[in-house]
Amino acid sequence: MKNKRTELIVSAISNGTVIDHIQTDNTFRVFKILGLENTDHQVYFGTNLTSSKYGKKGLIKISDKFFEKEDINKIALVAPTATLIEIRDYVIVKKEMVSTPDTIEKIVKCYNPKCVTNNQQVFTKFNVITDHKGNMKLSCHYCEKTMDKSHIEFL
Amino acid sequence: MSKLKGRSLISITDYSKEEILQVLDIAEGFEKNIRQKLLDQYVVASLFFEPSTRTRLSFESAVQYMGGSIIGFASADTSSVKKGESLKDTILTVSNYSDLIVMRNPIDGSARFASEVSPVPIINAGDGANQHPTQCLLDLYSIRKTQGTLENLDIALVGDLKYGRTVHSLVQALSLFNATFHLVSPESLKLPSAVKKWIGDANLKYFQYTDLSDVIDKMDIIYMTRIQGERFPDPLEYEKVKNSYILNNSMLANSKETVRVLHPLPRVNEISEDVDDNPKAYYFQQARNGVYVRQALIAAILGLK
Repeated sequence: MKNKRTELIVSAISNGTVIDHIQTDNTFRVFKILGLENTDHQVYFGTNLTSSKYGKKGLIKISDKFFEKEDINKIALVAPTATLIEIRDYVIVKKEMVSTPDTIEKIVKCYNPKCVTNNQQVFTKFNVITDHKGNMKLSCHYCEKTMDKSHIEFL
Repeated sequence: MSKLKGRSLISITDYSKEEILQVLDIAEGFEKNIRQKLLDQYVVASLFFEPSTRTRLSFESAVQYMGGSIIGFASADTSSVKKGESLKDTILTVSNYSDLIVMRNPIDGSARFASEVSPVPIINAGDGANQHPTQCLLDLYSIRKTQGTLENLDIALVGDLKYGRTVHSLVQALSLFNATFHLVSPESLKLPSAVKKWIGDANLKYFQYTDLSDVIDKMDIIYMTRIQGERFPDPLEYEKVKNSYILNNSMLANSKETVRVLHPLPRVNEISEDVDDNPKAYYFQQARNGVYVRQALIAAILGLK
C-alpha cells in the first residue's frame, strides 16, 4: 500500500535517477547541491512522504540524468541516509546508499571569514574527518579550521 | 641530498619526525658556523604583508649570513597589493625574480594557496591565526639544545592556549616525541579539543591547571605565552586572572636546575624582568636560534644541504 501511495504522488520515470530515503527536512538542500533548480531535465520530488524506516522522507526523481558517484556522494553531507537508484527502461539497474567522500571541493563555503577562500579567488577544499565521538566534520585544506555539520553552508 | 629540496613548508605537519630532526641537525651546523656562503647568486624573496620584527629580520639575517640577496617588502602598503593585486598574481610575479619565497600574510590559509600557485617553494612565515612552522622548529631546536633530547620531556604550556598558534603547532610537533603536556591557562583560554586530540591520538598524557605555581617545580620546559586582554569577552574576567600567569624569579626557586623558560616573544609582562638574568631564562637565545633554523630550512629547501 505504501509503495502504491508513493507511486501515485510521484510519477515513475523510464530512465534516470531516483534519490530515496532523504531525511525529509533536507530534501531541498539535496535539490540545491545537485543544481536541480537550473536543470532542463524533468524533476519530480516529494517531501513528508511516509517511510517505514524514518517516519517521513523526501524523494527526488530526475529523468534521463545519471550522476557521477562523486557528485552524488556530496548528498551524504546533508542526507547520509539517502539511497541512490538508477533506472533504465523502467528497470532498477543499480541501488546503493550514498557514502561520504574523503574530500569535498567547490561546493561548501569555509565558515572562517579569515580563510583565504573567502578573501581571494580560491575554490574551497575540505577533508572529511570523523571526531572522537564519531561525528563527521570538514577540515579546511587551506586554513585548517574544522567545522561541524551545523556550519555547513553550500556555495 | 635532502628530501626537503623543492618542497614548501606551510604547516609543521608537512614534515615527518625524521625531517624535523634533519632540519635541527643542519641548524646545529649553522650554529657552529653561521657564515656558510651557500647562497652566492641566490635570491630569496621576503614578502611580509603585515609587520613582524623577529621573523622577518631573522629570515633576512639568515639569508645575508649565507651570502644571498633579499628582495621584497615589509608591509602590504609598499607593494602592488595596495593597488588591489591578488595574492596569486603577486606570487606568480615574484616567483620570476627569486629562488624561494618567504611569506607572512594575515589571511588564514594564504600560505597553502601560495604554495599551490607558486613555481618556487614557499616558506610560511605565519598565515594569520593558522600556522607558523618556523617558530615551531626554532622552539624544538631550543628545547633539544637545552635538554639534550626532545624525547620524554615534561613541558608546561602557559597562557593563551586557545588562540596561540605557536602552542598548537608545538603540541602537534611534540606529540611525535612522547612529551607529557602540562596545560596552564584560564578556563576560557584552554587548549581546543581539536588540538588535544593530537595528544590523545599519540597516546600521550596531558594535565590541565589554572595556576602556574602548581607546575613549575617538575618541568623540563616552561613555555610562556602572552595573554591578550582583548581575548576575554568580559574585561573583569581578564583582570581577575592576568596575574596568575606572570612568572617571576622567586617562583623558579625550587625548579629543576635544568629547566628552561621559553617564550616566542614579544613579551609584555608575563615574564618579570627579574627572570632575565636567571640562567634558566632562555627566550633571547631562543630568538637567536631562529636564525640557525631558518638558515637550515633555506639551505635544505634549495638543495644546498
